[in-house]
Amino acid sequence: MVSDTNPVKLEIQNLTIRYGGQAAISGVNLSIREHEIFGIIGPANAGKTSFLKAINRMDMFDSNMRVEGNILFNGQDVRKLRNIYALRSRIGVVFPLPVGLPMSVYDNVALSARLRGIKERAELDLIVERCLTRAALWDEVKDRLDTLGSLLSGGQQQRLTIARALSQEPELLMLDEFSIAVDPVTTMRIEDVLKELKSEMTIILVTNLVQQARRLADRTAFFLDGGCVEVAQTEALFTQQTRDPRTRDYVEGRFG
Amino acid sequence: MDNHMFAATELNQKNQRTEKLVRLLFILMAGLLILPVLIILFTLVYKGSSILSIDFLFTNPTNGMTEGGIFPALLGTIWLVVVALIVSVPLGIAAAIYLSEYAPDNWGTRLINLAIINLAGVPSIVHALFGLGAFVVFFNFGTSILAASLTLAIMTLPVVIVATRESLQAVPHAFREACWNMGATRWQTIRRVVLPNAVSGILTGVILEVSRSAGETAPIMFTGAVFFSPFLPQGVMDQTMAMSLHLFVVSTQVPNVPENLPYGVALVLIGMVLIMNSISIAFRMHLRGKKKW
Ligand SMILES: Nc1ncnc2c1ncn2[C@@H]1O[C@H](COP(=O)(O)OP(=O)(O)O)[C@@H](O)[C@H]1O
Ligand SMILES: [Mg+2]
Repeated sequence: MVSDTNPVKLEIQNLTIRYGGQAAISGVNLSIREHEIFGIIGPANAGKTSFLKAINRMDMFDSNMRVEGNILFNGQDVRKLRNIYALRSRIGVVFPLPVGLPMSVYDNVALSARLRGIKERAELDLIVERCLTRAALWDEVKDRLDTLGSLLSGGQQQRLTIARALSQEPELLMLDEFSIAVDPVTTMRIEDVLKELKSEMTIILVTNLVQQARRLADRTAFFLDGGCVEVAQTEALFTQQTRDPRTRDYVEGRFG
Repeated sequence: MDNHMFAATELNQKNQRTEKLVRLLFILMAGLLILPVLIILFTLVYKGSSILSIDFLFTNPTNGMTEGGIFPALLGTIWLVVVALIVSVPLGIAAAIYLSEYAPDNWGTRLINLAIINLAGVPSIVHALFGLGAFVVFFNFGTSILAASLTLAIMTLPVVIVATRESLQAVPHAFREACWNMGATRWQTIRRVVLPNAVSGILTGVILEVSRSAGETAPIMFTGAVFFSPFLPQGVMDQTMAMSLHLFVVSTQVPNVPENLPYGVALVLIGMVLIMNSISIAFRMHLRGKKKW
């Protein structure tokens, strides 16, 4: 269990996200501590993905998306940061649809290092092997690192995406329903890796699998209809100590 | 006995008859398209091939352009197209990259897009007059390869932009976002992800479109091409003969030209364009075989 004295990594204050006029998230407050796995559960369209996008400033890619409120990353408001690139390079993201870039598997994983100016082959080799191993993909691709990342199977591309995110050596790793594209055995292997990674980074795990949150998350938030219903120690959520009956209904599978 | 399930009803039969008829009609229409191409090529080869020879390609016209070869015109056209390419390709690609990768969706961008569409629709004779006014007179380049090529460049610019933009847009947006999310700048993303996957399409499109400009007459005839010049161009400030204008001249302006001469000129001109097109098509086919995503 993560101690309450861990410094705050991410502080969300009064976050509201709109698409056009329609609010996808309204008035969310929560804080995420260093080295915790913070689970987010909730039914489809609850606003979980939008929440992650705002943290990474992906609202800049969508002229329709408006963000209000404060998002403090290491105490700095990401919406006032001028160096967005530095912010994004410290945050690894994995979305439900895997994206293998149309370059070799090797280049996919070496890309982030190259963007940072690393050119030495030996150093890149090391990064590629370590990240692919952690993402549980190394054994499958080690003999064909030059095949196109975009032509791997869906599950492999998802692990490639995870490897690429890890290659950023992020301070914060955000995973959005990563297991949708991955088979159950591999999901378990990745879950084990996430438990290990916790010592190196903070992890936000959005998941459609309530049990996955239970297995991994230190604390879990329940999102519903654009609001954060509650945040609690994960075990508490699953042992009937929820403050809100809607959370209990969802956790017990009565809706959503 | 389940045959009756698939027995054709009267309506089925009628639909099938119509289907056959419609199909035939479409095949016929598509087939008709080949006809003009075949007729043109056949006529040119039939009437012009007798004059073709190495000498024809590499000697000067003689005897008031009724005899001899076409070398100055051939070389001139290559000069004009190459100089035009040197100007329009970097300019067009840069503009397309801006429009596809950087430009916000606002009225300014829409205005630029509108300008491009309109520029593409301007008749070549208007480009010619613009080139005369702007490059020959205002910038004082005189009638020269430079002025003519700049005119051609402006004329081909919209197609270069459109071809490039389409190739860029064919690279899925998700690739860009994945790259931006790692902290890459726009330019890093373009250089490492977008361009490598668009460059072949860009080249194909550019070659195809620009080869067309080799055959243009109007834009060059007031700006840099001359009826006859005994000298080969030495630089971009010289005037030059050109294939398209030479064809016009020997077919209509000079008396007593043997019949196979203009046809031979036309054959060489169309040969040049076809060679460029074939390169472009071969390129495209080669790429289509390589699926990237
Ligand atoms: N790009 C978008 N444009 C417009 N509306 C969107 C967009 N993305 C999400 N939404 C809307 O915002 C709400 C929250 O969506 P999302 O954040 O994807 O929820 P979740 O990830 O929990 O399923 C939904 O109603 C969805 O329709
Ligand atoms: Mg989602």
